Amino acid sequence: MRPDEIEGLIREGLPGTTVRVSDETGGGDHFQAVVVSPAFAGKGLVERHQLVYASLQGAMAGRIHALSLRTYTPEEWTAQQ
Amino acid sequence: MPRDIMNEIRNEIAANKVLVYMKGTPTFPMCGFSAAIVEVLQEMGYPFKHVNILEDQEKREAIKAFSNWPTIPQVYVNGKFVGGCDIVRELHASGALDQLLKEAFAGADTTAAS
Repeated sequence: MRPDEIEGLIREGLPGTTVRVSDETGGGDHFQAVVVSPAFAGKGLVERHQLVYASLQGAMAGRIHALSLRTYTPEEWTAQQ
Repeated sequence: MPRDIMNEIRNEIAANKVLVYMKGTPTFPMCGFSAAIVEVLQEMGYPFKHVNILEDQEKREAIKAFSNWPTIPQVYVNGKFVGGCDIVRELHASGALDQLLKEAFAGADTTAAS
């Protein structure tokens, strides 16, 4: 799987989201993602990750072995820059 | 009697203050993410139990459905799903994990081995 495919699925599943995915090992199955989305407002880390996993439509159970996630609301992202 | 795996999971989560579903064991973790969680928990010095899902294919799939979480390792504290490796690391860095464990073990004897 390519990083841009994962980015596309996340953007599709969570409208208004900015996402950057990188392939950690170059092997197409271990990825790192930074996801900035207004959908995360008021949600805990578990719920945020579940939202991202849901947008990947089952890829987590197959083509993606590992996806390391950092999640921010737009406000949190601005504050930590 | 057929195996009621969801009930098994519910019971073991309820019976242990800290439970880690992982690949391998704390001594021989079979995955870097499982190893990272063991390292954090051992560093914090609280006892925990583990379930090696590599020895139980049925549970390996069931735990993902149970928590609506597609990956392993998974950590449960005081009967509640805390998260996987990223979240445990993040909560550890912020001090929130320490707080959570402190509350879980409040009044309990933490010198007992896991």
